[in-house]
Amino acid sequence: MTLTVNGKTMQCNDAVTVADLLAETGYKEVYVAVELNEEIVPRENFKTCVLKENDVVEIVTFMGGGSQEYKKEEDTFKLGGHEFTSRFILGSGKYSLDLIEAAVEHAGAQIITLALRRAYQGGAANIMDYIPKGVTLLPNTSGARNAKEAVRIARLSREIGCGDFVKIEIMRDSKYLLPDNQETIKATEMLANEGFVVMPYMYPDLNVARDLKEAGAACIMPLGAPIGSNKGLCTKDFIKILIDEIDLPIIVDAGIGCPSQACEAMEMGAAAIMSNTAIATAGNIPLMAEAMKDAIAAGRKAFLAGKGRVIESGAQASSPLTGFLHD
Amino acid sequence: MSTKVNESILNDEIREHQKENRIDHMKYLPGMEVLDSDIPDQVITAMDAYDYDRYTDADVKAALSHEVCTVEDFKALLSPAALPHLEEMAKRAQQETRKHFGNSVYMFTPSYIANYCENYCIYCGFNCHNHIHRAKLDADQIDEEMKIIAESGLEEILILTGESRKMSDVAYIGEACKIAKKYFKVIGLEVYPMNSDEYAYLHECGADYVTVFQETYNSDKYETLHLAGHKRIFPYRVNAQERAILGGMRGVGFAALLGLDDFRKDAFATGYHAYLIQKKYPHAEIAFSCPRLRPIINNDKINPMDVHEPQLLQVVSAYRIFMPFASITVSTRECARVRDNLIQIAATKISAGVSVGIGEHLEEEDAKGDGQFEISDGRSVDEVYQAILNVGMQPVMSDYIYV
Repeated sequence: MTLTVNGKTMQCNDAVTVADLLAETGYKEVYVAVELNEEIVPRENFKTCVLKENDVVEIVTFMGGGSQEYKKEEDTFKLGGHEFTSRFILGSGKYSLDLIEAAVEHAGAQIITLALRRAYQGGAANIMDYIPKGVTLLPNTSGARNAKEAVRIARLSREIGCGDFVKIEIMRDSKYLLPDNQETIKATEMLANEGFVVMPYMYPDLNVARDLKEAGAACIMPLGAPIGSNKGLCTKDFIKILIDEIDLPIIVDAGIGCPSQACEAMEMGAAAIMSNTAIATAGNIPLMAEAMKDAIAAGRKAFLAGKGRVIESGAQASSPLTGFLHD
Repeated sequence: MSTKVNESILNDEIREHQKENRIDHMKYLPGMEVLDSDIPDQVITAMDAYDYDRYTDADVKAALSHEVCTVEDFKALLSPAALPHLEEMAKRAQQETRKHFGNSVYMFTPSYIANYCENYCIYCGFNCHNHIHRAKLDADQIDEEMKIIAESGLEEILILTGESRKMSDVAYIGEACKIAKKYFKVIGLEVYPMNSDEYAYLHECGADYVTVFQETYNSDKYETLHLAGHKRIFPYRVNAQERAILGGMRGVGFAALLGLDDFRKDAFATGYHAYLIQKKYPHAEIAFSCPRLRPIINNDKINPMDVHEPQLLQVVSAYRIFMPFASITVSTRECARVRDNLIQIAATKISAGVSVGIGEHLEEEDAKGDGQFEISDGRSVDEVYQAILNVGMQPVMSDYIYV
């Protein structure tokens, strides 16, 4: 009979199950999620779910995200009931899998993002094999162009079994990859209602951030600059407004190009930094991961310490404002 | 809890009344809309925890160096440690005011249309035990009063009544708003707190701003100052701004009457209350008034206790630095010298041609009723207008439209 698997037609024997198909095509069951005609097949049903003529099967797995042992420290931040000591969320794209482990280790990251993609036939190396144990997996919805697609991706990700976290990324613009705030609000509401810990990536807009909080977001992830640009905190003043006004962790995502920029964002009160390209494109990936970790920690300490004052130069007013007071 | 008592308010009769049994001031009366809001609890908890003696010189300097004033900074600025830094505070307040308002100073006048009152607030001239001449303007008299006021060039009016639902019901206040709408672009209300549907009705009639003075946020003290009447019900009053916003009002005003209790705690609670309301209703406009206690008819010795001019400036400057975008009104309770200086530092709104009695703009003597307190700046609209120009500021009559 004929099946469509990950967009390609293939022939196979009648009466095959999902498990048979996975075995035949070389996928590791443990790392994939399977959709049959756009409905998720629960993994416990792989062996009993029999395929029919013209079925459309989608097999997905994670690409490009574990960590140091969790050390209980006082300065933690919470996301959806989970507590983290590391304020560095590491992206896993754009670099080789064999560097992931070193990057995670040098970054001291406790959360790593993953993108859901169609599985490669033949059971190619899977990122999951490279992520140290104990690291929280944060699947993103990259590739989604609207709320509906983001929800579908999030459900598939959860099905692989990496927990309830999801980072919503919805891009309707392939040139600048800027997030679609309106669709992100919709997806946040739907996924929060389904019990996900929703981390929405957004363009820093106060009204949208308020709507996201209302919709059930666990944090807000404003961009510092276009994704992958390494341009730093182009939206600094607007991110500061979110930090001042929104009672959720503000995690600066996208644009952070070097440790000094990460430090600056943390000094002004960001709860954490999400970074990928700055590390992936560095000359020495593990070393840059470590530099970033140190900068984030330094910025956080400076924020907690309270910045010292800047002495303003210039003349004093000749007629003091309080000269009029009696009593 | 503060145990400060302003002895100047008290007399033998009031002391006797304070010994009598009174209704539970924390329990809503029938007909009062109960709002499920956590804001009052947050305000009271934070105020109770505010230990202003804990703040140091360094805390104040740090607060003044921050670009955005945090709640902690606001506490430091209201502490005794900030008093030696008053000049710097005033300077910072002035910068913030200029940033948000330029050199604009908004002008308005209050119009008292009735002074009947069912409350027994022992410091207020209108209180139901005070023997004063009572009056209430009818529709024609209100029309005449508004017309005369409008001829002065003012475009904003603040309608006030004593707090009597019986003598000045919502329909009556609504009619006054409709009349005012003929002559003014901006209508504010300073009347008894009401339910959100009633605020919605008055908004429909043309009102856009509601001010309710909480007087003091210390409910135990509040209880000993407001011995009878609807105003006695503390939670109903403290939720008034929220109900007004839910009723569609554009803006709400907050105030503690400085001198009733521990002014630092009350000023903190006032600012924090406004802060939380703004956070919950980001579209609402926020306003502060900074009244100090004044003498009233039949008690000329009432004074604001320990709130002297420097403390007043400290409070006003702290409000400005904490909420740079808020409107701050300086009342005729203050003299011309203080008012003319405060509008250059932190205040953005000033009343002129003020009378706090009933129908005092009218010819007919019969219409008139006694005033709420003694004013200390009796200048006309023209005089205040000129005074604003004289200090290099710009008088503004209104800068928005009712929608």
